[in-house]
Amino acid sequence: MSTEREALMTTVVTLLSAIAPELEPQALEPARPLRGQLDLDSMDWLNFLLSLHQRFGVDIPEVDYARLVSLNDVVDYLQARA
Amino acid sequence: MIEFKLPSLGADMEEGTLLSWQVQPGDSVKRGQVVAVVDTSKAAVDVEIWHDGVVHELLVQPGDKVPVGAVLATLLAVGEEAPARRPEAAPAALAQAVNAAGAPPARATERVPESGIIAVAARPPVSPLARRRARELGVDPDHVHGTGAQGSVTLADIEASVRVASAPARVIAATATAAPVAVTAVATPDRQSAMRQAIAAAMSRSKREIPHYYLSELIPMARALDWLQQFNAGRPITERVLSAALLLKAVAIALQRVPELNGFYREGQFEPSAAVHAGVAISLRDGGLLAPALHDVATKPIEQLMRELADLVKRARVGSLRSSEMSDPTITITNLGEQSVMSVLGVIYPPQVALVGLGGIDQRPWVEDGKVCARPLLCATLAADHRASDGHRGALFLAELRDLLQQPQALAAADSKAIKPGDPT
Repeated sequence: MSTEREALMTTVVTLLSAIAPELEPQALEPARPLRGQLDLDSMDWLNFLLSLHQRFGVDIPEVDYARLVSLNDVVDYLQARA
Repeated sequence: MIEFKLPSLGADMEEGTLLSWQVQPGDSVKRGQVVAVVDTSKAAVDVEIWHDGVVHELLVQPGDKVPVGAVLATLLAVGEEAPARRPEAAPAALAQAVNAAGAPPARATERVPESGIIAVAARPPVSPLARRRARELGVDPDHVHGTGAQGSVTLADIEASVRVASAPARVIAATATAAPVAVTAVATPDRQSAMRQAIAAAMSRSKREIPHYYLSELIPMARALDWLQQFNAGRPITERVLSAALLLKAVAIALQRVPELNGFYREGQFEPSAAVHAGVAISLRDGGLLAPALHDVATKPIEQLMRELADLVKRARVGSLRSSEMSDPTITITNLGEQSVMSVLGVIYPPQVALVGLGGIDQRPWVEDGKVCARPLLCATLAADHRASDGHRGALFLAELRDLLQQPQALAAADSKAIKPGDPT
C-alpha cells in the first residue's frame, strides 16, 4: 500500500471514529461493509459523508452513495477524486 | 415572585441532581433561556426557564438531588421589587426538598443507593455523589477545588474539572467537523444501568396501565423515494434530506387529522395537543434510548425538519438536550428500518397515547393491476391507547399516512393545508 493511500486511510478512520467513538482501528476490516461493522444508521452515514466533504472538499452526489460501502471503497473514491 | 421549579423531564424521572447554575442572582433571564444543567438518570439536560425576569435567589446548590416540582430558584418578574430579605428562605427550601422527596426515600434508594445526599446538612468535604462521579471520571476529588458549602467538593466541581476535555467535544460534534471527537459524554456503566432502570420503569408502567392495541399497514414508497432522489440530486450534501424527515412530516400531518392519537392521558382523561411534538426515538451508541421532541413537526418545511432532526440526534448522543425537548413529546416515532426489520410494534411512552413504528423500506412483492411486482414498501405500525382511541380511528391514521406519502411534494412544503385529505394523487 502506498504511503499516500495509507495516510488517506488513517484520516478516513479518524473521521469514522468521530461518529463511532468505540471504533478500534485494528479491528476494522477494510473490505467489509462499514455500516454493518460500526452499526452506523443513515444519519451517522450522512454525517460521515459530510465529514469527508468538509475534510477533502469532495461533493459526493447521492447517486455515488451505493459505491461507498467498505473502507477500501471510500479510499478508492477519494483517491480518484482528490 | 416567580418560583422556578424542577420540571419533569419525562415519565421516568422522579428527581434530578443539579449539576450547575448558568445564572447568578441579579441576572436578567429571558423565556426559553437555559438557566441550569440537571442530571437525570438518562442524561444531563439543559433546563430552560419559562418566564422573563431577574434571578432573585438560588435555592438549590450544585450536587443537590431534588424531586420534580421542587423550587430551584426564585425570580422577580420584570419591574418587581426585591422583597425584604428572609433569612429563613434557604433552609425552608432545603426542607421542601427533603419533604417533597417523598416520605419513603425507598424510591430514590432503589435507583441510587447513595442517595442520602438529599439531606444537605453536615456535608462532608466531598459529597458521596461527587466522589462516585470522580471515580467514574478518574479524577482525584481531593485535588479538585470545592465551591460548595464550607468549601466542599460538589458533583459540579468534579464535572467542571473534566469539562476542559469534554466541552470542545460537544462543540465539535455539534458542528460535525472533521476532527476526531472524544465523546466523554456521560457514558459510564453507572449511567447505563440508571438509564436501563429508567426505561424499565417507564415501559413497565406503560404495560401495566395502558391498554395497547396494534395496527399495521404496508405503504408503497416508490413515489416518495423517487421524489426525494430528485429533490436531493441538485443539492449539496449539506442540504440533502433523508427519508426519515419526510416520514416524520407525514406522521405529523396524519396526526392532525386523527387528533386522538396525539397528546397525553392524565388523571383519567385524554388531553389532545394541537401541536405535534414528535418524540424521536434515538438509540445511543453505548446502549440505551432517548426520545426527545422535535417541535411543531406539522408546520415546518422538510429542509428545516431535516436540519433539526440531525441536530437533535447529535445532541442526544453527546448528552446536550433541553428540558422542553425531554418533557413535551406528544407522540413517539421509532424507526428501526436501519436494521432492516420489517416492522416494530412499540410500547407507548406514558403519558402519551400512541407510538408509530417504522420498519425498513425494502423491495417486497406487491400486487398491482392483478400482477405481482417488486416495489419498495414500508411497514408502518401504530401502537395506541384504547382509553383515548379505537382501532377504527387508528386505521384511519395509517390510511392517511399511506396516502400522504403518495404526494411527497405537497408533504414537503411548509403548509400542510395544501394537501387534500384522502387524495392519493
